[in-house]
Amino acid sequence: MQRYIFVRIFQALITLLILSLAVFLSVHLTGDPAAYLLGPDEGEVEYEALKKQMGLDKPLAVQYGVFLSNVVRGDFGHSLMMRRPAREVLIQRLPATLELAGVAFLLIIIVGVPLGILSAIKRDTIIDNFGKLFAVAGIASPSFWIAIMLILLFGAILGWLPTFGRGGIDHFILPAFVLSWSGMAGVLRLTRSSMLEVLDSEYVKFARIKGLSERLVVYKHALKNGVIPVMTFSGLTLAGLLNGSVAIEVVFAWPGIGRLMLQGISQRDFPIVQATVLTAGLFYILTALVVDILYAYVNPRIRYD
Amino acid sequence: MASLNVATGRIDRLLAIPGRARRARLPWVPLTIMAVLLVCAAVAPLLAPHDPIEISMLNAKLAPGENLTYPLGTDIMGRDMLSRLIYGARTAVYISLIALGTGALVGTVLGLMAGYRTGWLDVLIMRTADAALGFPTILVAMIIVTILGAGIENIILAVVITVWARFARMIRGDVLSIKELDFVTSARIAGVSTPIILLRHIFPNTINTLMVITSLQIGQVILLEASLSFLGLGLPPGHPAWGIMVSEGRAVILDVWWLSLLPGLAITVVVLAFNFFGDWLRDTLDPKLRRL
Repeated sequence: MQRYIFVRIFQALITLLILSLAVFLSVHLTGDPAAYLLGPDEGEVEYEALKKQMGLDKPLAVQYGVFLSNVVRGDFGHSLMMRRPAREVLIQRLPATLELAGVAFLLIIIVGVPLGILSAIKRDTIIDNFGKLFAVAGIASPSFWIAIMLILLFGAILGWLPTFGRGGIDHFILPAFVLSWSGMAGVLRLTRSSMLEVLDSEYVKFARIKGLSERLVVYKHALKNGVIPVMTFSGLTLAGLLNGSVAIEVVFAWPGIGRLMLQGISQRDFPIVQATVLTAGLFYILTALVVDILYAYVNPRIRYD
Repeated sequence: MASLNVATGRIDRLLAIPGRARRARLPWVPLTIMAVLLVCAAVAPLLAPHDPIEISMLNAKLAPGENLTYPLGTDIMGRDMLSRLIYGARTAVYISLIALGTGALVGTVLGLMAGYRTGWLDVLIMRTADAALGFPTILVAMIIVTILGAGIENIILAVVITVWARFARMIRGDVLSIKELDFVTSARIAGVSTPIILLRHIFPNTINTLMVITSLQIGQVILLEASLSFLGLGLPPGHPAWGIMVSEGRAVILDVWWLSLLPGLAITVVVLAFNFFGDWLRDTLDPKLRRL
């Protein structure tokens, strides 16, 4: 177990290093960071001075080392557009994204898992068919489109819900639902298939033969094993929410880091791009790491893989 | 003579698939949708009643059915929606074919090598695959766009970078078990070279897996391409691509609702069709992959 955790942490570190290298190179390959900072009437002398000040005259490997040590200390540089440290902007925007992802994740669990169990117990009934339809639609429709359609329906036609920005609880309803839909769909499907498999197993049959009530069989015996795969999957869904939240934040004008990232790219504001991409990547890699270790903890077979 | 036997053997196997498929009841609705999509993509210029990028301000914002020259209406610049949708099919098919094809090719080759040659090569390939699967696609796409700028090749590159690893993983798993089989051992003893063993003896046995993963990935790739286009990371604005069309309709959704509705519907229907077809193919060819 210890060895597995060690190897897994090592892997996560390597992945992080690759990410940081990609981000570092993305800035250095696209152009001259010093030229971006230079005002219109500054000449060759100022340019050389700025280059020296930024350390751009040193070899690439040295620059990467400096970059890494800055990033580790949370220093991403000065935002070119906002004239503030990128870290400040990041810290200001991060809570909105985390809140939205948190609510969406909660929805995924409290809707996806029970619906999946229900679908499995009531196999081939209306409930099951509804569950399937819900899942299939959630996986196949693009979330940005669903978001626009829901804004049209609930915001414009019915006027029931606010459609943009951050605010009270009602502001969360539409974005969190859209962001969580495909995750709910996946959790639902996986819970269903995993429960069906467990319900068909020998020990559940034995529990039934023993005369235990159906309730006890399902919730005490089957559920425990049935949710193990769901656990891993929902962890990865949490990590994937960051992926999905870019489009959702754009459509709902949500002031999070997804929109910030996109803005940074379109304005070629490299410090912002560095800050947001690295943060999002760090969250993703850490979540995957924690999930894997938890999974190895509940499922001993994986450790020796 | 020997090569003829090999050839007929392979043809038999290929013919056996439709045979089995026929008994398993073909999924007609998804197949029809896929066929329509492919026809639209292949002969878009013949099918489209108008030029998809021709602006005609006089005919702007026509609702579907309002004017029969424009059966599905026009957008805010008077461009014909039906023609744009048809050309959008072409964009979607073009990008997913190239991206998925490249990803499948790279992934298969690396998967074959990793599975057959265990050791440092295997470790290197699989660790790289883990790293590739460890990044959210959007991040990959954004890094690529930062480096290379927005554009169709860059969408394709982003998709390839994230997709090849899935192929490599599955194919490697297949190879690990296939290479232990007697016919591979015999070939090796007979002195057949490694590339030939991989190509002629092992690869044909991974085709089922390959087809199943490909068909299950198409929907995802189309969705991905649409999201990247929607975010403005891919094709230039105005280009007939479904993701861009949804995005163009967003600002005027209250006024001209069909602008976003129709292309989004097209994406959903097409992705649904590919997903159902993929599920069916997996159940028919390789039920043990059901957990995929």
